[in-house]
Amino acid sequence: MESKPPGEDVNNVVSMRQAEAPKRWSDRLSDLAKTKDKALYIQLFKHFAPKVKAYIIRLGLVETTAEELMQETMLAVWRKAHLFNPSKAAASTWIFTLARNQSIDWMRKQKYPEYGLESWHEEPDDESDVCEQVVTSDRMAKVISQLPEDQAQVIYMSFYEGRSHSDISARLGVPLGSVKSRIRLASGKIKMMWSDDV
Amino acid sequence: MNIKHHLDEATLMSYAAGSMSQAMALVVACHLSMCTACRNRAHESEAIGGMLLDNLKPAPVGDDALAQVLACIDGLPELEAEPSGASLNTSLNNRASCEKAESFSSNNDQITSASSVPSPLDDYIGSSLEHIEWNRIVPGVHYHDLPCKTERGGVSRLLRIAPGKAMLPHSHDGNELTLILRGSFTDEVGRFTVGDIADLDNEIQHQPLVDSNEDCICLIATDAPLKFSTLLGKIVQPMTGF
Ligand SMILES: [Zn+2]
Repeated sequence: MESKPPGEDVNNVVSMRQAEAPKRWSDRLSDLAKTKDKALYIQLFKHFAPKVKAYIIRLGLVETTAEELMQETMLAVWRKAHLFNPSKAAASTWIFTLARNQSIDWMRKQKYPEYGLESWHEEPDDESDVCEQVVTSDRMAKVISQLPEDQAQVIYMSFYEGRSHSDISARLGVPLGSVKSRIRLASGKIKMMWSDDV
Repeated sequence: MNIKHHLDEATLMSYAAGSMSQAMALVVACHLSMCTACRNRAHESEAIGGMLLDNLKPAPVGDDALAQVLACIDGLPELEAEPSGASLNTSLNNRASCEKAESFSSNNDQITSASSVPSPLDDYIGSSLEHIEWNRIVPGVHYHDLPCKTERGGVSRLLRIAPGKAMLPHSHDGNELTLILRGSFTDEVGRFTVGDIADLDNEIQHQPLVDSNEDCICLIATDAPLKFSTLLGKIVQPMTGF
């Protein structure tokens, strides 16, 4: 992937298909917390481990490291399942954050400052307008597929390639301010679509 | 806590993607630990990452990967119900993976009172603002450097500024995040009190003035050196490292 220009795979994002029944996986993950059922865990592993590894490889890490970090991430899924709250997030979102933190920590040999997994578990509060997160992955795929390409590209380069705003700015040859406003625009559309659908 | 100044959307997205320097991410995580509104926005941004994960073409995993992870699980003591606890000695290929996983359940609660330290900052300075070793820049202005990695020569530090003091006017080449931990200041953007975050980029030049009765303590990170707009600032910059 080093040989490709940054963001080239943006078509993958644009042509994204609907993810397969994310709610089912969220239910399984929250059942796992209650039951500690190995058979359930194995199902989750078989579904998510290859995706987690693919994500880590996209961040630019080599195969053996990606394999190792994938195993650590999946181990964390088992150990932290009790912190998962299906009304707050889809299983894939929660597992994404575990994989992200493992990878960043490894790359920096330092901890990615984290605001606390507990907040994944807190009860929804009144002042905020928390939607049913379990269905968001579906919607999100739909929304991202409708973004203009320059906006999908900055989202892609942030999440899949782990690039900072200034790095994206340098690579695309556009000012930092434009990178940030593309991200804001994309985010605004995604969130608008969210509230429309609820 | 009445928080009026929040994180920029682009900043939150960068944090959620994991594409931020450790220094900048620390300030973001601290604000998130204090601010429910931004925490909910962060969850929404992270949902984008989840969606991308859902849609990734799977990469083949090692034949024995599942067996290895299951073996590690079997070696775990039954401590899942109590999240924090003793370090684990079970090992999977002596990778210390279990210990590593353990280390990040130590983030406890959100900030509870004005005098306590946001939990992500705990790891760097302990749980109190009272025992920090300060270095003096000029009378009334002190700093304490944090050992965070930054890109492009940015810094991460705590600043303690006496009432009535102003910081030097400056603009930014990159981004600057400032989180108020104690006291307050006012600048061209508005008034900032405990929990507020100033999330500025290179568009803005500002000169914060401390307007509280007590020293104002803030956590600052930049991802590039600041540009001072006065001659004094240019002279002081090499001394302060900003
Ligand atoms: Zn906020």
